[in-house]
Amino acid sequence: MGPAALLPLAVAIPLLGSALLAVTGRLLSRVGCDIVATAAATAEVVCLALLWTRGGHLATAELGGWPARVGIVLAADPIGAGLALLVAVLVLAVVVYSWRYFDEPRGQHAGVFPALILLFEAGMAGFALTGDLFNAFVFFELMGAAAYALTGYRIEDPRPLQGALAFGVVTSFAAYCSLLGIGLLYARTGELNLARLGRGLAGHPTDLLTVVGFVLIATALLVKAAAVPFHFWLPDAHAVAPTPVCMLMSGAMVELGAYGIGRVYWTVFSGPGGIPHGAFRTTFVTLGVLTALVGAVMCWQQRHLKRLLAFSTVSHVGLFLIGVALLTPDGATGTALYVAAHGCVKAALFALSGVLLDRYGSVDEHGLHGRARALRPVGLLFAAGALALTGLPPFGTGLGKALSEDAAGHWQPWLPAMFVAASAVTGAAVLRAGLRIFWGLGPVPRGRPGEEETSGEGEEPEIRSPRRTLPPTMVLVPAVLLALALALGCLPAVAGALARGAAAFTDPASYRAAVITGRSASSGAHEPAAGWTTAGVLLGLLSAGLATALAATAVRYGSQPPRWHPAARAVRTLRRLHSGHLGDYLAWLALGVAVLCAMLAAQT
Amino acid sequence: MGIWPYLAAGWVLLVALYGLVTSHNLIHAIGCLAVAQSSTYLLLLAVGYRRGGTAPVYSDLTPGTRPVVDPVVQALALTDVVVGATVTALLLALTIQLRKRHHTVDPQALTGLKG
Repeated sequence: MGPAALLPLAVAIPLLGSALLAVTGRLLSRVGCDIVATAAATAEVVCLALLWTRGGHLATAELGGWPARVGIVLAADPIGAGLALLVAVLVLAVVVYSWRYFDEPRGQHAGVFPALILLFEAGMAGFALTGDLFNAFVFFELMGAAAYALTGYRIEDPRPLQGALAFGVVTSFAAYCSLLGIGLLYARTGELNLARLGRGLAGHPTDLLTVVGFVLIATALLVKAAAVPFHFWLPDAHAVAPTPVCMLMSGAMVELGAYGIGRVYWTVFSGPGGIPHGAFRTTFVTLGVLTALVGAVMCWQQRHLKRLLAFSTVSHVGLFLIGVALLTPDGATGTALYVAAHGCVKAALFALSGVLLDRYGSVDEHGLHGRARALRPVGLLFAAGALALTGLPPFGTGLGKALSEDAAGHWQPWLPAMFVAASAVTGAAVLRAGLRIFWGLGPVPRGRPGEEETSGEGEEPEIRSPRRTLPPTMVLVPAVLLALALALGCLPAVAGALARGAAAFTDPASYRAAVITGRSASSGAHEPAAGWTTAGVLLGLLSAGLATALAATAVRYGSQPPRWHPAARAVRTLRRLHSGHLGDYLAWLALGVAVLCAMLAAQT
Repeated sequence: MGIWPYLAAGWVLLVALYGLVTSHNLIHAIGCLAVAQSSTYLLLLAVGYRRGGTAPVYSDLTPGTRPVVDPVVQALALTDVVVGATVTALLLALTIQLRKRHHTVDPQALTGLKG
């Protein structure tokens, strides 16, 4: 089967599986639903793996036979197809993980959960593979709607409803902003296809309309990517969503936002009449640094394990944004590898938190102190995941981080320090939680009454028969995901393929030629080297060492500075900003849009 | 029409944003979200407008005899309506559930998640 046939299939398979489950779910037994869901998820992995290996530099498919001038084109380069493959792998992991996880409601609603997961997958795969701006908006809303429903899946508890409502309102508002931006670009060029839009913009000078259009389109992507100050929905949604949904949201959905920014910038705005490279680079690296720092500081403060992991995702997305905004093939290679490995590691860590939730009905670092000593294998996996998060060689996260650091260091020599600090602090926070929960090290942390925080106590257990034994898939899936992250760092072929993909990703001329004329021209851009270097290994070891030292200190002496300390006061202010109020989140979003417009307009 | 429809679209968006930021009722907030969406309809239809143009329906119109407005933006607006209906219905369903279980629809009364 050629790539042109595989592309529409990549979106159709999960959609069909979802429809099948929604219609026949009530007739099938529990096992029947699982078989259908697993079959659809496996077929999607096979389809995307074929697409990734056979797609070449850029595979295109014109839907319904309409040419790019009028129709919608799906386009897969190795980066887009690779990201869709990551989505598919994580969805398969989630489907297997939740085989025995949910004691699903019988009758009318049987099969709804896997159906929603597959719908979510269709939205994400479509978003990664589309070559049309409006189509991207539709897929964005599809994955959004599925994600809101999944976040609020446990409707008995008020907090999932609160998280899902904030998530839904903020993301939808941002999506309408981006539709306004799409309308402005259409008014300027009369095109919706990414490649043709880029060509159409070249005929006009850069003016306020271009800047406003770009910022409006970027708003939805930045909200999805959870860049500061657009990130407030993410920790709330992650804290309350069912664990399998967190695995998908943190592992793949958030990263799609960063991918979307890179894709839209390179194909539409990178040429004449767009946004100058310097302005984009300065603005988005600043945004990335801010995101990485705020995420790391907030991550360190958390005791709710899922919220802690969510802030670690915020911090890592900041690093991904920096990598994308460097606008070099090296930066794109590092980021692609980092995203893939981080997706596996973060999904594994969420899956292991799900084991705690399943066993103890809590994900609170303080409340669980020493209680999980019996789950030693789970604890070892958790510690391995924490170290992988810091970028310990030879995990894929380490290689991705090393390549990104190298690329960033070429532009600003201080940026690698930023990478080391952010990954060390977030990894240390996870390691600290693991040492306390699984080994019971250090004194039990004392609570601080009156402080704004979300504890992880009193969670609704996600299963309803507490006496059964731990399902083996719940430990197997995270172990396999961590092994995948290890393989990503150890197999040079993967990094090489991603480097070729990054060269194509950052070459808008060949993208345009392939989409508009339909001929897949091989990219003439130089292919970045993608392997371990001594400096990379040393920086990875430095991050892991720093993280271990930080975690050990925190476990021994407590993780918070004294209350009177100025740093503690600054941190309290930052925490108070995460107020949980919908209105505040939207006010921050509006401020972010205004600042981005001002920053870009000042530089063009 | 010049720049006026674009300014109006921007104004409608800002009105919706004001409503969302100050909202004390989730039904009201979701209504504001629908207002934000109408700003996109306004902008899209303004982009496709042509003076003296008619609807792009060729059942009773010989192609080329009269100017027609741009059908693409109308298709976009229609798709947008569908997307908006889905999201609004879902959010309203969540709000109903919240009212049933917790007897409140005030987003400021939800304080389970912070810090």
